[in-house]
Amino acid sequence: MYAPEFQYYRAASVAEAAELLSKNPDAKILAGGHSLIPVLKLRLAAPSALIDIGRIEVLRGIECSSGTIRIGALTTHAELAASAELRARAQALAEAAGMIGDPAVRNRGTIGGNVAHADPASDLPQVLSCLGAEFLITGPQGERRLGASEFFEGLMSTALGEDEILTAIELPEAGAGEGSAYAKFAHPASRYAVIGAAAKVAANNGTCTAASVVLGGLCPAPVRAEAVERALVGRSLTDEAIGSASRATAESLDDDEVLGDVYASAGYRKAVAPVWVRRAVTAAASRSG
Amino acid sequence: MKIPISVQINGRQYDREVEPRLLLVHFIRDTLRLTGTKVGCDTSQCGSCTVLLDGVSAKSCTCLAVQADGASITTIEGLAGTDGLHQIQESFWNKHGLQCGFCTPGMIMASQELLRCNSDPSDEEIRHGLEGNLCRCTGYQNIVRAVRDAAGSMEGGSQ
Ligand SMILES: Cc1cc2nc3c(=O)[nH]c(=O)nc-3n(C[C@H](O)[C@H](O)[C@H](O)COP(=O)(O)OP(=O)(O)OC[C@H]3O[C@@H](n4cnc5c(N)ncnc54)[C@H](O)[C@@H]3O)c2cc1C
Ligand code: FES
Ligand code: FES
Repeated sequence: MYAPEFQYYRAASVAEAAELLSKNPDAKILAGGHSLIPVLKLRLAAPSALIDIGRIEVLRGIECSSGTIRIGALTTHAELAASAELRARAQALAEAAGMIGDPAVRNRGTIGGNVAHADPASDLPQVLSCLGAEFLITGPQGERRLGASEFFEGLMSTALGEDEILTAIELPEAGAGEGSAYAKFAHPASRYAVIGAAAKVAANNGTCTAASVVLGGLCPAPVRAEAVERALVGRSLTDEAIGSASRATAESLDDDEVLGDVYASAGYRKAVAPVWVRRAVTAAASRSG
Repeated sequence: MKIPISVQINGRQYDREVEPRLLLVHFIRDTLRLTGTKVGCDTSQCGSCTVLLDGVSAKSCTCLAVQADGASITTIEGLAGTDGLHQIQESFWNKHGLQCGFCTPGMIMASQELLRCNSDPSDEEIRHGLEGNLCRCTGYQNIVRAVRDAAGSMEGGSQ
């Protein structure tokens, strides 16, 4: 399959990429290409130009300082999964990145491309929402920073403007007594998420002091399972307590929003979602204090 | 407008001008006539187009040739040395890790990546490591045996 014709520009810096974007209104950023190239081959999009940011080194890498983890937009899924720092300080993110697609996909795909594409069947939007990530964006109006609930707007749509570039993602390191985890019901053929549950739990002597639970895969954009969070806080994190809290998952799922397809109907996804929430919370709790 | 690119494949330098939309797999197969790398699905699912791009596995049907400018690539043709087959090729042969052979170049390149990351994988790790590669013939049993055999034979040796 051949993509439609386009002009190709390789940007050497974020400033050059921004300038190319403003000069080519119909252009698209190219990062790893693992969502964009398939889209072009299927001719679901026909941008006039691609602006390749793949060689802008400052957009790559993971840095931890004073409690904050900063991840460059070009950092690959393989780098996230292999990062000892993330394994220690943002377990759910390293875990989820290691479950994306297959090894060759993880070698090319980037965190920035993943969230900018905002496929509901992706893994990283729900994990980053759960961990309280912020998105650093550069555009003609300068820089701005958005929280996950503002960044993810809906089905394959984000708050990123056509002339904006996502440069980095920041998230807080796991604090004392905090643990996080990701549980994924992967489509057996595509490996994309049918349901992905991300959980972060803070505990003190086995009692939950704070919880963040976010679901993806089954809704257009990540959904916070508030009823589950409320049911966990103040409780001792036993299997029974986690099981009963997980049963509140459906309260946060709007029937009109739950996605279904030939593989997994909306009703089926809604029925099994609590199981994946329970698994994520149980794993997060086992890593908490 | 064509773009000049310069790529090293299996140790040999190639300088060509390509259309930006040319996929790396078509550059390798059609422009350079290195037809060992296959196109199976053309939709990033089957892994038969897997090559090593700067040392790590990549699906060349989901990469533009222009993205590989300046890269060093290894294809299946680059594995065997003057002293014969590469150990992974030898093991696929000995353990009957192929039938029609269409998936084999990609399977072997993905196995190379797998063994680079984990020199002594369990059967389950082998299956996970080859998740992105489909075989319609073997049922995978002999592919897993071949990779295990290669891991055993390569231990301590050079890859
Ligand atoms: C076979 C296969 C299996 C997959 N399985 C999974 C899976 O299980 N889970 C999962 O989460 N994902 C999966 N993916 C998707 C994968 O994670 C992609 O890598 C990712 O969604 C896109 O990242 P990219 O770097 O390849 O972006 P690209 O394809 O280059 O870009 C994607 C989109 O984001 C825009 N963009 C990219 N970077 C930026 C930036 N810095 N600023 C602004 N806009 C930007 C582009 O313009 C484009 O619109 C799979 C992909 C394939 C091919
Ligand atoms: S041809 Fe590239 S993955 Fe199938
Ligand atoms: S040997 Fe025929 S597809 Fe694998």
